[in-house]
Amino acid sequence: MGEHLQKAVQALQERFGATTSQFRDEVSVFLQADQIVEACELLRNEFEFEMLEDETAVDYWPEETPRFHVVYQIYSYKHNERICLRVPLNGNNPSLPSIEGVYPNANWYEREVYDMFGIHYEGHSDLRRILMPHDWEGHPLRKDYPLGHEEIMFSFNFDEINARKRYATE
Amino acid sequence: MGVEQKLGNMGIVTAKLEDVVNWARTKAMWPMLFGLACCAIEMMAAQASNYDMSRFGMELMRASPRQSDLMIVAGRVSRKMAPVLRRLYDQMPDPKWVIAMGDCSSCGGVFNNYAIVPGVDEVVPVDVYVAGCPPRPEGLIHGILTLHEKVRGQKLRDWA
Amino acid sequence: MPEINTHIDESMLDGFTRLVTQEAIEGKTMLLNMGPQHPSTHGVLRLLLELDGEFVVNVIPDIGFLHTGVEKHMEYKTFEKAVVMTDRLDYLNNIGNNLVYCLAVEKLVDLDVPPRAQAIRVILTELQRIASHLVWLGTHALDLAAMSVFLYCFREREMILDIMEMCSGQRMMTSYFRPGGLWRDVPVEFEDAVRQFLRIFPARIDEYEALLTKNPLFIERTKHIGVLSAEDAMRWGVTGPSLRASGVAHDLRKVRPYSGYEQYEFDIPTHTDGDTYARYLVRMEEMRQSVRIVQQALDKLPYGPTRSNNRKFVPPPRSELGHSMEAVIHHFKLFTEGFPAPKGAVYVAVESPRGELGVYLEGDGGPKPYRIHWRTPSFANLQVLKLLAKGHLVADLVALIGTIDIVLGDVDR
Repeated sequence: MGEHLQKAVQALQERFGATTSQFRDEVSVFLQADQIVEACELLRNEFEFEMLEDETAVDYWPEETPRFHVVYQIYSYKHNERICLRVPLNGNNPSLPSIEGVYPNANWYEREVYDMFGIHYEGHSDLRRILMPHDWEGHPLRKDYPLGHEEIMFSFNFDEINARKRYATE
Repeated sequence: MGVEQKLGNMGIVTAKLEDVVNWARTKAMWPMLFGLACCAIEMMAAQASNYDMSRFGMELMRASPRQSDLMIVAGRVSRKMAPVLRRLYDQMPDPKWVIAMGDCSSCGGVFNNYAIVPGVDEVVPVDVYVAGCPPRPEGLIHGILTLHEKVRGQKLRDWA
Repeated sequence: MPEINTHIDESMLDGFTRLVTQEAIEGKTMLLNMGPQHPSTHGVLRLLLELDGEFVVNVIPDIGFLHTGVEKHMEYKTFEKAVVMTDRLDYLNNIGNNLVYCLAVEKLVDLDVPPRAQAIRVILTELQRIASHLVWLGTHALDLAAMSVFLYCFREREMILDIMEMCSGQRMMTSYFRPGGLWRDVPVEFEDAVRQFLRIFPARIDEYEALLTKNPLFIERTKHIGVLSAEDAMRWGVTGPSLRASGVAHDLRKVRPYSGYEQYEFDIPTHTDGDTYARYLVRMEEMRQSVRIVQQALDKLPYGPTRSNNRKFVPPPRSELGHSMEAVIHHFKLFTEGFPAPKGAVYVAVESPRGELGVYLEGDGGPKPYRIHWRTPSFANLQVLKLLAKGHLVADLVALIGTIDIVLGDVDR
């Protein structure tokens, strides 16, 4: 862990009482949902973490507390450091504040997380589905959402599947 | 070819109308400029210098469905794209043909999941399937020639 | 004067009504739908344009027409089998996708890669970068009505695809990199083929430049079009050539080297104008630098194994299967179950031809990725199209979509 990253992590720990974990030289800082905007402001304004690289979520179903983790990767050009923030969320329909005001490119990432996991962002300017059709039901990347594959046709079950397969006409 | 010698000075050739129409259709079958995914790159390669699809009267890719005869579904069709694809097909004037290029559009390929239509024949009727992920440009050209063969064999009563 | 019907059909807009301005609803500005089937959107991108005459007021991109469900599907495959999925994401940079995925798996399970495999990875990744830039250049020039460049670019691209086919048996979807190294060593004629390409290619770049760089029509269409300031680029998370054309010399190959990039000498081309022309110049120079890297890597190519010797993660070579029971057991275990990964998450990023390509990979102790997320450069870069296009003509939009170099497979995943 670099000196600059060390300082940033320390500041997050002192200011928000955050816990940290380390895995293969990557630092993750665990924060509460209501702290995330302030934490991002702190990182951007005082520690020169200018870019939100990535924002995504992980589903730990059937676990309920926490069911989701929202994961942020924030990068500093100047110091060449990357920090990972994680926000655990409970319940099936969680929500957390949007960080669009701090990092504008969070807009699409948050729409994607909403689309794929059904996590709501408060204060987001345009929370719509982004990848799936607007009338799609369910959130595909949730663990309780099935992969939705079609049964593979072999010679022994060809007739059976072919009979119920829909074919287009002119 | 020898047609000139047989013609003499009369300037008339007798042939079946079917043959002449089908021949004309295969010699200027304009595909729609419509790429979806990976296969579209191979379709571009088939158009470009090394493979040169214009040898088969296909140098014109029409961007508008109203001007095209052939739809090459090059790549995976997602659930969101399927209605658009059908709409494009409906806009094409008759007679029209469809080639499902690649595994994804033929049967779903490796993406047997919620997002991809398992085989574009659910959406539009397909004339020729080309296997491969993606098929080589030669594969696509073979598919097109197969389609030409099919068109040449069509009967007048099929058009009605 | 007849009354003009300005009513907008709600269903046509798919919920866009909130986004367009009041002028558009009143009919003062025009709404125009571009795509998803449009020759210059480079795939199935749909843009809702709000126009004031010929000038673009607002661009609302609608993506997802190529959503493939790769992230979900990879959760159902073992680590080794999932390599096949990665090729088909960004289909102009297949090798690069293999690379970042393998690096992530290697970091997650702490697996070593032999130096020869690393060097070959660098060679192929850089060749793929050239191939990707060639497709970009060909289509970008085609959009700006320069047909011949397209034909020339695809001529050279075929040479690279032949090299890929020589190594892996496939032109595009190579799946050549595997966790722990390569699928197998490169064939003997590989070196000659690459050297032949390196001999020819620099002169060919000059050929393209002769067609475009000083072409007044090309300059007219690209200079001062879509200016992106360095500040905006950084704020919006733009990476890759677009960022470097705005004057930020940031290249992950230099600042966070991976796969042995620190051994090679190369420059990061930058430009300060931040317009479409600058992005063109940067990409052209990048191709030259890639040639340099390939040259060095090929000269220093070490001998040795191309796959890690760690039998817990990498299947034993075919020759061992005949006489070692242990090898048979490892082989069986690896191909039926796969190898387990520890509980934990890693984020690995590489420099793809389009920018920062990152993978967030989480393991749960089982043989499959628990969660994999692709941070794709096209997705991030497409967001700034709105900034770039404001105030330009509709015709310039074609140049702008070309210049940010999006691949829809990369955007929608």
